[in-house]
Amino acid sequence: MAYTEEELKKELETKEYEYGFYTDIESDTLPKGLNEDIVKAISLKKNEPEWMTEWRLEAFRIWQEMEEPEWANVTYEKPDFQAISYYSAPNKKPKYESLDEVDPELLDTFKKLGISLDEQKKLAGVAVDVVMDSVSVATTFKKTLAEKGIIFCSISEAIQEHPDLVKKYIGSVVPQKDNFYAALNSAVFSDGSFCYIPKGVRCPMELSTYFRINQAGTGQFERTLVVADEGSYVSYLEGCTAPMRDENQLHAAVVELIALDDAEIKYSTVQNWFPGNKEGKGGVFNFVTKRGLCENNAKISWTQVETGSAVTWKYPSCVLKGNNSIGEFYSIAVTNNYQQADTGTKMIHLGKNTKSTIISKGISAGKSQNSYRGLVQVNSRAENARNFSQCDSLLMGNECGAHTFPYIETKNKSAQIEHEATTSKIGEDQIFYCNQRGIDTEKAIALIVNGFSKEVLNKLPMEFAVEAQKLLEISLEGSVG
Amino acid sequence: MLKINDLHAGIEGKKILKGINLEVKPGEVHAIMGPNGSGKSTLASVIAGKEEFEIKKGNIELDGEDIEEMAPEERSHNGIFLSFQYPVEIPGVSVTNFIKTAINESRKAQGLEDMPANEMLKKIREKAELLEIDRKFLSRSLNEGFSGGEKKRNEIFQMAMLEPKLAILDETDSGLDIDALRIVANGVNKLRGSDNAIIVITHYQRLLDYIVPDFVHVLHDGKIVKSGGKELALELEEKGYDWVKQETVA
Repeated sequence: MAYTEEELKKELETKEYEYGFYTDIESDTLPKGLNEDIVKAISLKKNEPEWMTEWRLEAFRIWQEMEEPEWANVTYEKPDFQAISYYSAPNKKPKYESLDEVDPELLDTFKKLGISLDEQKKLAGVAVDVVMDSVSVATTFKKTLAEKGIIFCSISEAIQEHPDLVKKYIGSVVPQKDNFYAALNSAVFSDGSFCYIPKGVRCPMELSTYFRINQAGTGQFERTLVVADEGSYVSYLEGCTAPMRDENQLHAAVVELIALDDAEIKYSTVQNWFPGNKEGKGGVFNFVTKRGLCENNAKISWTQVETGSAVTWKYPSCVLKGNNSIGEFYSIAVTNNYQQADTGTKMIHLGKNTKSTIISKGISAGKSQNSYRGLVQVNSRAENARNFSQCDSLLMGNECGAHTFPYIETKNKSAQIEHEATTSKIGEDQIFYCNQRGIDTEKAIALIVNGFSKEVLNKLPMEFAVEAQKLLEISLEGSVG
Repeated sequence: MLKINDLHAGIEGKKILKGINLEVKPGEVHAIMGPNGSGKSTLASVIAGKEEFEIKKGNIELDGEDIEEMAPEERSHNGIFLSFQYPVEIPGVSVTNFIKTAINESRKAQGLEDMPANEMLKKIREKAELLEIDRKFLSRSLNEGFSGGEKKRNEIFQMAMLEPKLAILDETDSGLDIDALRIVANGVNKLRGSDNAIIVITHYQRLLDYIVPDFVHVLHDGKIVKSGGKELALELEEKGYDWVKQETVA
């Protein structure tokens, strides 16, 4: 053969992580380690009101009593929480009036990532609140949003400017004591995004946040709070890439969504953190708590494309508290090399006539392990609850694993629950068929994987879907040997 | 166009093709017939470049160039098309999307830009009509839940779209009812030209009533044991493969 599999393998192995670079921007970093003084110092640095400091301290005290969870189907070296620096902010912090004022090195980083703010502003009509090393450095489209009464800012700013809203909702869906990582996040969260859509307002654009981890040895603790008031609608996009690092980086974010009566929130994520190299060295630990609360007739839809991180532990969930509320979860999780993912959702049916849909597509390649873990819980008072779950796994090669752990708990006889699961393998026959039509093996895999993931890709906003497709291709390069 | 010289090939140490010689010139249609296990499908796979098969001896030339070292996709870019006996399913990938990808990958290999969308649409419409394919069919997942006839029709539709130099139809008639056979054969006949060639692999002579070959070859135990004009197919139909087997032994 002109291009042997051996050559292909070699070429792909030497292919560096495309977004692996490091930006040298002066930053203001706290000493490593965690204690009450550090928690206070973070709060002080951010000039927070006393209630916030107290809330953090309470979380810290709870966290100290907690143990790191071990039930997930992943193995990794536990992070040393005293060896992490819990705060790091770019020095040149002020908000910029125009892009010219932004640190040129930072702009260069954006260029490499292909997220030129300028281009995004003009072409996509997306307001981007870029979180880089924990502090927001650029916010666009604020004006348009302000005219509608929509608040979209960093959570630090929201604590200063809209304390009542933050105080009312923070921790209302994911309490400090919820789990080990949520407690840690509550104590030390550095920044994140806040969004409030007033009653009856339909947000005119996709709200978007790009996260980056960019400081050696800095954990990233994002906090996102989205509140959709009665009858409002918002679509929120979150996407990220991270620079290459040798040591593992910890990421423990918390995302809380609140959809009040008749409101709808669509939350989409494309996650592409450094997954570690081909030997499984390095890579991001991604331990995230995402949960949404639906009041009457409200709807929350989570869509995620997970391709990065060395270890992922993530279950975007919906608490269907209100009657007739709807929860949806659409997920594509790709693991390659030594990546491990334990991801899924929880649908908690509390109200009457609540409905939930779960579509999960797991793709495993290399020596990776990919687990779906989902809980469908129907409370005794949740009359006529309905759930449909579909979990499909696609395997590539003989050394990877796919696992499905569906949990169903129903306490109401009127519940209707359906669960479907399939496992398939990309066959040599499929690849040869594509080859024969002139499509090379890499492209053939991309085509097959995109087909497999189609139901979920279709749920993403257009520009995100294109990005996600490219990401799937990049993530699976070299997975056939 | 295609020249096969003393080709020996097999799989996992098992010898299947034991010295095939065949020459196909532009504009010609060759039929290869033979009993089950005679090596018909292996020959098709080896020409297309399926990797499990190993060439032990001999060579295959396309337009004077050896192709044994070429990857299957390169052979495709050079104009070889194989209509599969058992086309595979690719869930979630529509017929349209698949053929679009195939065409653009071939164009890319030739240093051409993607085919403009309107040109692609026009071509798809034209070729779909040729094969009496319904518009709805084109948005279905490739081969998923297709009937035998739909699968084969889809293969010929792809052939029409890709316009290959050399098309190999591997048991295209199997699983077809008489109406589907007529449509498929009709499509193939319309694609015949002075610049391209077709190899029809079949077990039965039935298909050759519709696609009339210039030459008929009988394959037995990895060798072409008899060649002739189209009348050979009829003779074979009448006397059965045993006749050839006996003749070979004798």
